[in-house]
Amino acid sequence: MDFRDSAEEAAFRGRFRGWLGEFADRWPGQAQWHRALHTAGFFGLSWPREYGGQALPSVYDVILDEELARALAPPRPSVGYLVQGIGRHGGEDLRRRFLPGLIDGTERWCQGFSEPGAGSDLASLTTSATRDGDHYVINGHKIWTSYSDVADWCLLLARTDPAAPRHRGLTAFVVSMHQAGIEQRPLRMMNGVTTEFGQVLFDAATAPVEQMVGAPGEGWALAMTIVGHEREPAELGYSARYGKLVRDLVSRAGPAVPAELAWAAVQTEMLRLHVRRRLSERLDGVAHGPEGSLDKLLMTWVEQSVGHAALAIGGTRDPDLLGAYLYSRAQSVMGGTSQIQKNIIASRILGLGA
Amino acid sequence: MDARLTSEQLHLRDAAARLAGHLGPGSVHDLDDADRIARLEKAVEATGWRALRSDGASAVEAAIVAEEFGRGLVDVPFAGPLLADDLRRRLGVDAGPCTIAVGAEATDARGLRRALVVRHNQVLAGGIGEVVPGADLTRRNAELLDPLEPLGELPPDSLERWSALALVVTCADLLGAARGAQAVAVDYARLRQQYGRAIGTYQAVSHPLAEGRALIEGSVSVLRHAAWAVDELPAAEAVRAARIAKVYCARAARTICETAVQVHGGIGNTWECIVHVHLRRVLASTDLFPVRLEEIDLGFS
Repeated sequence: MDFRDSAEEAAFRGRFRGWLGEFADRWPGQAQWHRALHTAGFFGLSWPREYGGQALPSVYDVILDEELARALAPPRPSVGYLVQGIGRHGGEDLRRRFLPGLIDGTERWCQGFSEPGAGSDLASLTTSATRDGDHYVINGHKIWTSYSDVADWCLLLARTDPAAPRHRGLTAFVVSMHQAGIEQRPLRMMNGVTTEFGQVLFDAATAPVEQMVGAPGEGWALAMTIVGHEREPAELGYSARYGKLVRDLVSRAGPAVPAELAWAAVQTEMLRLHVRRRLSERLDGVAHGPEGSLDKLLMTWVEQSVGHAALAIGGTRDPDLLGAYLYSRAQSVMGGTSQIQKNIIASRILGLGA
Repeated sequence: MDARLTSEQLHLRDAAARLAGHLGPGSVHDLDDADRIARLEKAVEATGWRALRSDGASAVEAAIVAEEFGRGLVDVPFAGPLLADDLRRRLGVDAGPCTIAVGAEATDARGLRRALVVRHNQVLAGGIGEVVPGADLTRRNAELLDPLEPLGELPPDSLERWSALALVVTCADLLGAARGAQAVAVDYARLRQQYGRAIGTYQAVSHPLAEGRALIEGSVSVLRHAAWAVDELPAAEAVRAARIAKVYCARAARTICETAVQVHGGIGNTWECIVHVHLRRVLASTDLFPVRLEEIDLGFS
């Protein structure tokens, strides 16, 4: 056990810190940030080289996130769960076609899972994909689709076999967002933001057969891979995001630190150390299982305590801090509600049955 | 960067868990079993774990044993003698079997006649008098008797590291006690039937238990870093890490124990239900070397 950096890790940290310093606190927008990180060799650290990754151990992601937080830089792009979904379930042709652009940020992605009638009960989704010669025809309605308005591709979950038991009739596709059969409708969230979540309507949109991810009926397995990773703070790099906000709040607080802020700082430090432990465990090849739900709950508590700290510091008068607070309420819903996470923990970890 | 326990540390954890599981109290009734306590005392003494620090073990190993002994409600002295041993090691003196005292009270004093106390940077030794009533049913506090004999002076770095160790060991103890309560409550939720099925199948019961498990995971992570930091980071950073761990784990542990009481329903509020023994131990270990949220240094490195 050694929480310190090895010589290689320290060298990497130093290089990255120096690179971040060149921005002099002027950070590019999301898409440019992704490309800048990747071009400099600081993104996709733990993914295979042939797809544009660096093939480094997972703990390098911890270093990256810690330095991003320290520099008050934007977090790294959250595309890890898409990389895992396509990487584990897609064939080699599909991986070669889509992973490099996803990892280097030249192609942007969204994820079409949830529907108005299928939230926590994802397997009840009704968007259909029907084979027609060399392609599938897609009809349906997706919602909570992050960044669908700027996406080039959608990883879509659709029903291909209405006769099969509901978990078995689902298949995943890579669908182009640049086609006539797709309509975008932005959602305005309670913090006023309209650019993050969207609704996407599919009206006879198409996807070629070779853009099916995995086999027909493999959609549920892929969805579980994706949501498993989507739950993990280690995968998301969110501890850096919270660290950044806490630092900012501490600098505004002055000597009389509200208890909410002190508690948020303690929780953020806990999450940073928890991510270190989880990523260290991957050195043993520990698989992603229901533990992701424990981590998602911890992450949610941290984000919402930071939200309360933002409110304690800024009241309702600072629009950025009010926005951070309001946004924090979504964390216990997106990527699987806290109630769903507790169901998973209760049944699969505590053995309490359903 | 590697936060994993070594294989030797995993073996130590298993050995401590086995000892505590075998000879620790399995029920409230067992707390009065003098024969069991005598056997436990002999077994713990034979391990040599009270002298882990003078044997060169790290604070990580000390925390491993403290956590497992807390989990198993080990009711013979451990944390007190361990911390006294660390003081003796730092001073290079031999003081015989002893525990530590805080203020005018010796802690973890069952069967012991002598305690070391740190006043400013001085280490003093004194005799142990009458038992002082306290919340904890597994460990005893007692009067520290005058006159006190000066044993030596701790340099500032050494004093800070000892303080960090004291925070870490009491933190490990309370986390272990909470893990024990959680396990008892989960078992009960599987067995207890109402409305024709196990209460653990109701979300109103299972969700607080799921939250407890998440709190345990977060606590393990923050404690492990603090335990490592005692010997490896600059002393001031070690103290900061230990304070953060103790604040986080103490809040988590109290919540976990309160859930355990609630899951047991009416039975959980009776003397015979063991979860209040866990809760009391959590409260006692929180109070011993307490940390307030306001004491956390929010400066970031």
